[in-house]
Amino acid sequence: MAHRGRFPQEAEVIGPKKYNHTMSSFHIPTMAEMTAAGKAPEVLFWVGCAGSFDDRAKRITKAIARILNAAETSFAVLGQEESCTGDPAKRAGNEFLYQMQAAQNIATLNGYGIKRIITGCPHCFNMLKNEYPELGGQYEVLHHTQFIRELIETGKLRMSGDQPFKGRRITFHDPCYLGRANGEYLAPREVISKLDAELMEMRRCKQNAMCCGAGGAQMFKEAEPGEREVNHARTDEALETQPEVIATGCPFCNTMMTDGVKNANQESNVEVKDIAELIAEAADLLETPAS
Amino acid sequence: MISQLLFLLLLSTGIFFFAQRIGVIRRNIQSGRDWDGSDRKAERWATMARVALGQGKMTARPVAGVMHILIYVGFVIINIEILEILIDGLFGTHRIFSFLGPLYDFLIASFEWLALGVIVACVVFFVRRNGLALARLTSKELKGWPSLDANIILVVEVLLMFAFLSMNATDSIAQSRGLDHYVPAGTFPISSFLIPLYSGLSDAGVMAMEQGMWWFHIAGVLAFLVYVPYSKHFHIILAFPNTYFSNLNPIGQMDNMAAVKKEVDLMMDPQADPYASAPATDGPPARFGVKDAPDLTWKQLLESYTCTECGRCTSECPANQTGKLLSPRKIMMSTRDRIEEIGQSREANGGEWKPDGKSLLGDWITEEELWACTSCQACVEACPINISPMGIILDMRRSLIMEDSKSPESITTMFNNIENNGAPWAFPAGSRGDWTQEV
Repeated sequence: MAHRGRFPQEAEVIGPKKYNHTMSSFHIPTMAEMTAAGKAPEVLFWVGCAGSFDDRAKRITKAIARILNAAETSFAVLGQEESCTGDPAKRAGNEFLYQMQAAQNIATLNGYGIKRIITGCPHCFNMLKNEYPELGGQYEVLHHTQFIRELIETGKLRMSGDQPFKGRRITFHDPCYLGRANGEYLAPREVISKLDAELMEMRRCKQNAMCCGAGGAQMFKEAEPGEREVNHARTDEALETQPEVIATGCPFCNTMMTDGVKNANQESNVEVKDIAELIAEAADLLETPAS
Repeated sequence: MISQLLFLLLLSTGIFFFAQRIGVIRRNIQSGRDWDGSDRKAERWATMARVALGQGKMTARPVAGVMHILIYVGFVIINIEILEILIDGLFGTHRIFSFLGPLYDFLIASFEWLALGVIVACVVFFVRRNGLALARLTSKELKGWPSLDANIILVVEVLLMFAFLSMNATDSIAQSRGLDHYVPAGTFPISSFLIPLYSGLSDAGVMAMEQGMWWFHIAGVLAFLVYVPYSKHFHIILAFPNTYFSNLNPIGQMDNMAAVKKEVDLMMDPQADPYASAPATDGPPARFGVKDAPDLTWKQLLESYTCTECGRCTSECPANQTGKLLSPRKIMMSTRDRIEEIGQSREANGGEWKPDGKSLLGDWITEEELWACTSCQACVEACPINISPMGIILDMRRSLIMEDSKSPESITTMFNNIENNGAPWAFPAGSRGDWTQEV
């Protein structure tokens, strides 16, 4: 099937780019830069592979970065020093590769003395939070929806007066590795509630939510023979709520649901967006570049 | 006196065969790998109380859940009656607890209501299984013995409850006729409706029928006791230890293999002596991952014996829902069938297991099933007694990759990409931070 074993959306030239400060409205420092300047950020933004390389997922990454910047959160990324957490390798059975990745990442994180991490990928979230501690990596790990909730609650992030999503029908697809895996059903819903939108729950949600079909390394292979694609079946459940927006909290779910919406020929009626993107559109984000 | 001896014989035969079978299952479960469940005792007891004793996850499906709770409560409470039957049988007494008076009346009445509840629930279950033919109760892995097993249990439970109520009905006739030994005791809110069935009998006929139903009931219960550990119905006992040993970590957390950690630590350690001989260990090195049933932990083998084949896991599995071969329930059933086979062969060989050239992975469970899993944990969440089919699936993938180097080509590519570029796709690691210039 066309969407299996997918390669990320690729619009840009692969290869090293010259650093061009003027292209950005604000600067996102790497840990290396920060450390060289003798500074340490409040949080590390762990971007993840999809968020770093997939064009669609990069838009989510940028939305998160803009939110952090607007809330004046002191943050940094690892940049080239970040590497796959090893989730797809481990779930596919390659424990060696996973533990090599984990050892390398833990050495990097511990080398910088990282204490608090936020990430936009529930798979990275699960690895960093649950599976790295035993290997020597102990951090406080937050999913971006948990951190955004914190920013709103502490008044660091405000919704704009326009309320672009007011009254619009939004359904939320629970990522397995945020929901069932880690019991976090509330944070994404509380953040959505700030949009003043109409949250339409799917028939199967929270503990009973159906998988998008990408987990367990499925994203990187053809589906086994069957009657249907998992993501098409799940998208149908989302479309039953007649949403204007299908909200996601995972770059892989986002890809799968987007493909499902296309398959159902609904792309002109239904948007698939990460909660970070919705908030970035609705919040009062400062346009002034950070120093 | 003869009947007391006969009763003792019957009772000890039942207990003997039950204990013998339990011994076999215990050895089978213990043939698995070590797993430490000695920690967090308070949490473990609480989980058992909530999930097994309190049936906390059953009502996720309301109809089946409520019916199941009826049978469960009926089974547990009616066992008080079994205690009276045992004492009466061994000492030749009749309704030994009747001195309790009003309390006895209340107990007997509640047993009768529960017996009716059990009958109703069993009939509903029978109809769901055979009449309505619900998808999860008629799937292909249930063809043959599993399906027959389920029906035998339902029919036997109805027969036992009918015998219990008939015993009470004939007893109350005997009481009203003032027959010898039949002291007035108990109230019979349900069995009184059965009186017309037996009221035509002579005094001797009523007494014979009462005794016959008494014997049928207790003999049936003992036969059931022997049957249960051969059946999926064994969950009535194993659900308790199985939930006690529940995974208490977040369900997304997969274990880190200690053997791999040792090797990785060695590789990362600049001080390590590459020519050092491997430290002495006991026995041959353990296999990576799970190829055959004894490679599983004893906890996973316990899970396979605990599974009652309800199929909630399979009906929640996204792979199964979209027509893939994978059925988490079948993973558990195959595991139990395989460890049973190994156990039988071991018992026949005087305790020695001779490899038979077969293995759980390959002969029972195929690669196609394993690769269909999305690791979404819906099966784990759905199981009313906290079994994890996903754990077995992922452990088998470890064997496929680390022992046999067998993976779909695209998965191999993904591994290579992670190894070379630190990402599952073929992007240069150096471009990872490029997005920061586009915000």
